[in-house]
Amino acid sequence: MKSWKNKLLGFASGAIFALSAGSSWAVEIEYWQYFFEARVKAIDTLIEKFEAENPDITVKHTTFPYADYRTKVAAAIPAGEGPDVVQLFYGWLNDYVEAELITPLPTDMFPPEQIEAEFFPMVSAMKRDGQYMALPTAVRSLALFYNERLFEEAGIENPPATLDELVEVAKKLTKKDGSGNITQVGITTGMNAQDHHWWREVLTRQFGGEPYTDNYRNVNYDDDGSGAAALKWYTDLQNVHGVTQAGFMDEPQAAFKAGRAGMHIDGSFRIGALESTRGLKWGVAELPAGPDGTKSNYSSYWVNAVTSKADGEKEEAAKKFLAFITSDEAMQIWLDTVGELPAKPSAALTDANKADPVFGPFIEGLGYAKTTIFAEESGQRQVLMDATQRIFLEGQTAEQAIAIAAEEEQKILDEYYEE
Amino acid sequence: MGWYANLTIKQKQVVWAWTFLSLPILFYCVIRFYPTLNAITLSFQDWNLLGDRTWNGLDNYGKLFADPVFWKVFKNTFVYLLLGTPVSLVFSFIVAYHLDKVRFMHGTIRALYFLPFMTSTVAMAWLWRWFYQPVPIGLFNNALASVGIPQFPFLSSTTWALPSILAPAVWAGLGFQIIIFMAGLRAIPQTYYEAARIDGVGPWTILWRITLPLLKPTIVFLVVLSSIGFLRIFDQVFNMTSNNPGGPLNSTKPLVLMIYETAFDSFDMGYAAAQTVVLFIILLAVSLAQLYIMRDK
Repeated sequence: MKSWKNKLLGFASGAIFALSAGSSWAVEIEYWQYFFEARVKAIDTLIEKFEAENPDITVKHTTFPYADYRTKVAAAIPAGEGPDVVQLFYGWLNDYVEAELITPLPTDMFPPEQIEAEFFPMVSAMKRDGQYMALPTAVRSLALFYNERLFEEAGIENPPATLDELVEVAKKLTKKDGSGNITQVGITTGMNAQDHHWWREVLTRQFGGEPYTDNYRNVNYDDDGSGAAALKWYTDLQNVHGVTQAGFMDEPQAAFKAGRAGMHIDGSFRIGALESTRGLKWGVAELPAGPDGTKSNYSSYWVNAVTSKADGEKEEAAKKFLAFITSDEAMQIWLDTVGELPAKPSAALTDANKADPVFGPFIEGLGYAKTTIFAEESGQRQVLMDATQRIFLEGQTAEQAIAIAAEEEQKILDEYYEE
Repeated sequence: MGWYANLTIKQKQVVWAWTFLSLPILFYCVIRFYPTLNAITLSFQDWNLLGDRTWNGLDNYGKLFADPVFWKVFKNTFVYLLLGTPVSLVFSFIVAYHLDKVRFMHGTIRALYFLPFMTSTVAMAWLWRWFYQPVPIGLFNNALASVGIPQFPFLSSTTWALPSILAPAVWAGLGFQIIIFMAGLRAIPQTYYEAARIDGVGPWTILWRITLPLLKPTIVFLVVLSSIGFLRIFDQVFNMTSNNPGGPLNSTKPLVLMIYETAFDSFDMGYAAAQTVVLFIILLAVSLAQLYIMRDK
C-alpha cells in the first residue's frame, strides 16, 4: 500500500517537473489582426513556417470582425490583456505611441538606416526619436478595375488613361431603362468607399492643388481652388454626365461584383474577393491621369507592433516574430495570398510583379502614391461624404460645399493636434 | 455561529432577507451604479481609451451645446419619439380593437402580428434597407418603375429617410403593443358595456366614454415604454444607413448613434459620456413624468 502511494507521488512529481521544464522554454505569444479570409490564411501560413524555424515559440493567432477590431484592441492593450504582436492601421499608431502601449523596435534588430534604405519611404512615418515603432508587411494602393465583358460589349478597346477619356468611356457603359433609371453605371461612385482617398490624394492634385500643408495639419484644398474643381468634376459624373449614381446597388464594390458597373476604383485588397467571384471577367488599369498629365495615387498600410504586454522572453519572441513577418519571404507569401503589395521596393518592384496584369498597375501606382496622415479617418471621410450630399441633395455649388468641408475638417485636425 | 442562535426570530428574518438581497444589490452596484457613476465622472474628463484620463471641467458640455450636429440629432431624436409613439399607438389600438372582435382564426392573426416583434432587428433592418434601394435592386422602386412612376428616394432624401427608417421600427413593435392592448381590453368588465347598450349609447360614445378611459393604465404603460424605445432608437438607423451612419447629412441620426460614433469612431470617450448623461437626463424626465401621471389617478 505504501509503495503504491510512493510510486504515485513519484509519478506526480515527475510529471510536474516535466511540465514546468517544458513551460520554461516554450513561449507562447499572441498575434491579433482583423478577420479577412485571405489575411488569416496568409498569417496561418507564416506562423507555420515560423514555428518550424523556432520550435520553442508558439504563436496564437486571434482575429476579430473588422467592425469591432479597433475597439477590441483599444480596450485590451491598455488593460494589459490581449496580443503581444498586433496589427494596427498606420493612422492609429500615434495614439498608441503617446499612451506608451507600443514597445519601440530595438535598433540592433531593426536598424533604422536599413529600414529607410529598404522600405518604401512612406514607412518613415513609423519612426519616433530615431527608433521604429512598427513595420508593415504590405502596402496598398488604388487602381481602376474594369469589367472586360462590358468593355467588349460596348466596343471599348482600352481602359481610360485620362479623366476625359474616363467620362467618355463611362458614357458608353451606362445603361438606363425606359423611365430613365440607371440600371448599369459607367463607373461606381461613393465617398464612403475608396473615393474619398481618390478625391483627396489624386483628383485635387490633378486639378493643380496640394490638398494639405504643414504635414497634413492644415487644409489647403479650399485655398487653392483645387478642391472645388475636383469635387465639381467628381459630382458632374452624376449631375451632368449621368454615368453614375451614388449609392447604386447599395455599395460600389457590390455593383462591380454583380457585373452592373463598367469601372470601379478600389484598393489592392479587393483583388482576392474579386478573384473568387464566378463569372466576372475583370482587368486592372492605373488610375487615369489628370488634365495636365499628373498621376497620383493613395497608399495605406497596416503595421505590426510589439505591445507593452510582452515582456521578458515573450518580448524576445515577439520581436523575432515581427522580424519574420516583415521579411522578404513573408512579403511574397502575403502578395500571393492576399494580393497586397510588398512594403519593400526590392520585393515589390520585381520584373515579374511589374509585368503581372493585376499587380502591375497597383505597383506602378505605388511609385507615385501619397499617404494621408489622418487625425481621424472616419470623421475626415464623413466631411467629404457630407460635401457631395450637399451638392446632390441641397443643390449647393462645389465652392460652397468645399468651403464648409474645409472648415469642418480643419476643426477635426485642430482638435486632434492641440493636445 | 453562536451569535446567530442568540438572535430573535425577527432578527433572523432580517438576516436572511439581507442575505438574499445582497446578491441583487451587489449585481446592481457592480453592473449598474458603478458604470453609471463612472460615466458621469468621465463626462468631465478627456480620454481616448488609450492614455490617461485628464480633467477638463465642463468643456465636454460646452462643446456639446455649441455643436450644431448635436442640436440636429436632438431634434431627430424627438421626431422619432413624437412621430413614432402616436403612430404606433393609434395603429396598434385600431388593430387590437378590431382583432378583439374577430373570432375566425384569431390565434393565427395575432401570431402574424406578433411575428415581426420576434424577428432580429438587424435582419429586419437589412431587409427593409434592400426594399428601399433604387432600381435595379430595390423591391419598392422596381415596382414603381415597372408601372412608369418615378423612383422614390426613400433612404437618400433628407426629408424622407427618417420616416422610411421609422416605418419598419413601428411595424416591428406593433405586435407587442397589440398584445398589451388586447389584454387591457379584456380586463374591462363587460357589465359597463351591457349597461351602456341598455341605455342605448352609440359605439362612438362607448369607445370615448368607456373603453378609452378604462384603458388609461395600459395606454400610459405603452406610451412610456414606446417613448423610451424611440428615444433609444439605434439598431434600425445604424443598420439601414451603415454606409453613411445617420445620413444623409445627419438627417436620420439619433442621439444614441451620435454617442456610438463619438465613442467608437472618434474615441472621444469624455465627449461621448457627456452625451450619454444628456440622454440619461431625458430618459429620467420621461420616467418621472410617467410616475406623476400614474399617481394622478
